[in-house]
Amino acid sequence: MSKQRETELYRPGETLAVKVWRGNANGGGFHAYTVPSQESQTVLDVVTWIQQNAEPTLTYRFACRVGMCGSCAMMVNGEPRWTCRTHVKKVIGDKPLEIAPLRNLPVIKDLAADMAEFFDKWTAARGQFQPSQSRDDAMAAISPDEPRRAAANAAIECINCAVCYAACDTVAANPGYLGPAALNRAWTLQSDVRDDAFAERLDAVSAGGGCFNCHSHQSCMTYCPNELNPTASIAGLKRLSAFSYLTGGKSR
Amino acid sequence: MSGSHRRDGLRIASMVHRISGLALALFLPLHFYTLGLALNDAAELDTFLRWTDNPLVKIAEAGLVGLLSLHLFGGLRLLALEFLPWSPRQKLYAALAASASVFVSLGFFLSAV
Ligand code: HEM
Ligand code: SF4
Ligand code: SF4
Ligand code: FES
Repeated sequence: MSKQRETELYRPGETLAVKVWRGNANGGGFHAYTVPSQESQTVLDVVTWIQQNAEPTLTYRFACRVGMCGSCAMMVNGEPRWTCRTHVKKVIGDKPLEIAPLRNLPVIKDLAADMAEFFDKWTAARGQFQPSQSRDDAMAAISPDEPRRAAANAAIECINCAVCYAACDTVAANPGYLGPAALNRAWTLQSDVRDDAFAERLDAVSAGGGCFNCHSHQSCMTYCPNELNPTASIAGLKRLSAFSYLTGGKSR
Repeated sequence: MSGSHRRDGLRIASMVHRISGLALALFLPLHFYTLGLALNDAAELDTFLRWTDNPLVKIAEAGLVGLLSLHLFGGLRLLALEFLPWSPRQKLYAALAASASVFVSLGFFLSAV
């Protein structure tokens, strides 16, 4: 949006028209609210104001308010965003600000989506670190410049917010697809020399619903609030998998 | 979603790839039929080839060549994305693939008329 339009529409001190989705797994709809507009107001501030002043039973999730915990993601004007770090100024338009639960996940109540399948898929992609050594061994010395470590570092700062999962049209079309976040996590572990489950994880991410379901749209990368690139991570898994196939399983 | 992400260049590239792939698949039976005529029915093939001299048919053929090259260059971009080290210039490559296809398609048309 142009700077001029932004200042035209964003008027702290006046009021803001907001529509919030309310309901549960059986259905629901948008309810309209008028919220005092403030300087530096975030979308999460708007939701909190509504709950504290207008709709005490409104259900939503947040914890850290500083973009660390990944619990506050919602659809804002139809796009997935971390609401605690999304300023109203940035997303305001001619129409009321529209806030809804995350796409591609079942809803529990109001703005709280059911994250169970999202995390189940992390487990299915073998997102757990499998130590190759015990506490009695010496600490592994790994240079941050080592290529595999650099690949892991580039993808490691995921806050499990599911914004990418909500943005992915492949998840929308195929509920069995593991999705960008779980596969991105698997890629960081495949790039971790200390991990001991490389072969099992490669099987997990190469099976049905795995990395080969990705069509490289890059919607995940466009929306990831931490500017991670799950598309590149998934491409990395596709390479590992193809290479392992061509060499008869002698990968790494 | 509201659909704004569907207007993103790379999302459009993905749809172009899908639609061109499906259109090519639909065209293939006709293509094989014509090839079959060359083997079995020379007279019928000649009638058919005369029909293809029609300028409208030439335009349609240029469209098909365009679809094939869109799908080819777009597919090569995807294969490079997936099998070569990551490059952040995907929108540029998608645009290059599209413009290369326009050249190929126009080149075909000009040499055909
Ligand atoms: C000329 C060389 C070709 C190349 C390099 C190529 C490459 C590709 C690639 C990389 C994909 C995967 C896209 C994705 O992950 O979404 C694909 C999908 C596809 N291709 Fe091709 N292809 C070629 C020729 C053809 C031809 C001749 C046809 C038609 C018979 C065709 C039909 C399709 C279809 C229907 C899809 C599925 C599209 C989708 O899932 O969205 N391709 N192609
Ligand atoms: S690149 Fe893959 S994971 Fe990312 S949005 Fe597209 S299909 Fe989903
Ligand atoms: S990859 Fe990005 S968008 Fe996806 S869960 Fe992690 S931080 Fe969120
Ligand atoms: S509340 Fe923790 S990331 Fe938004």
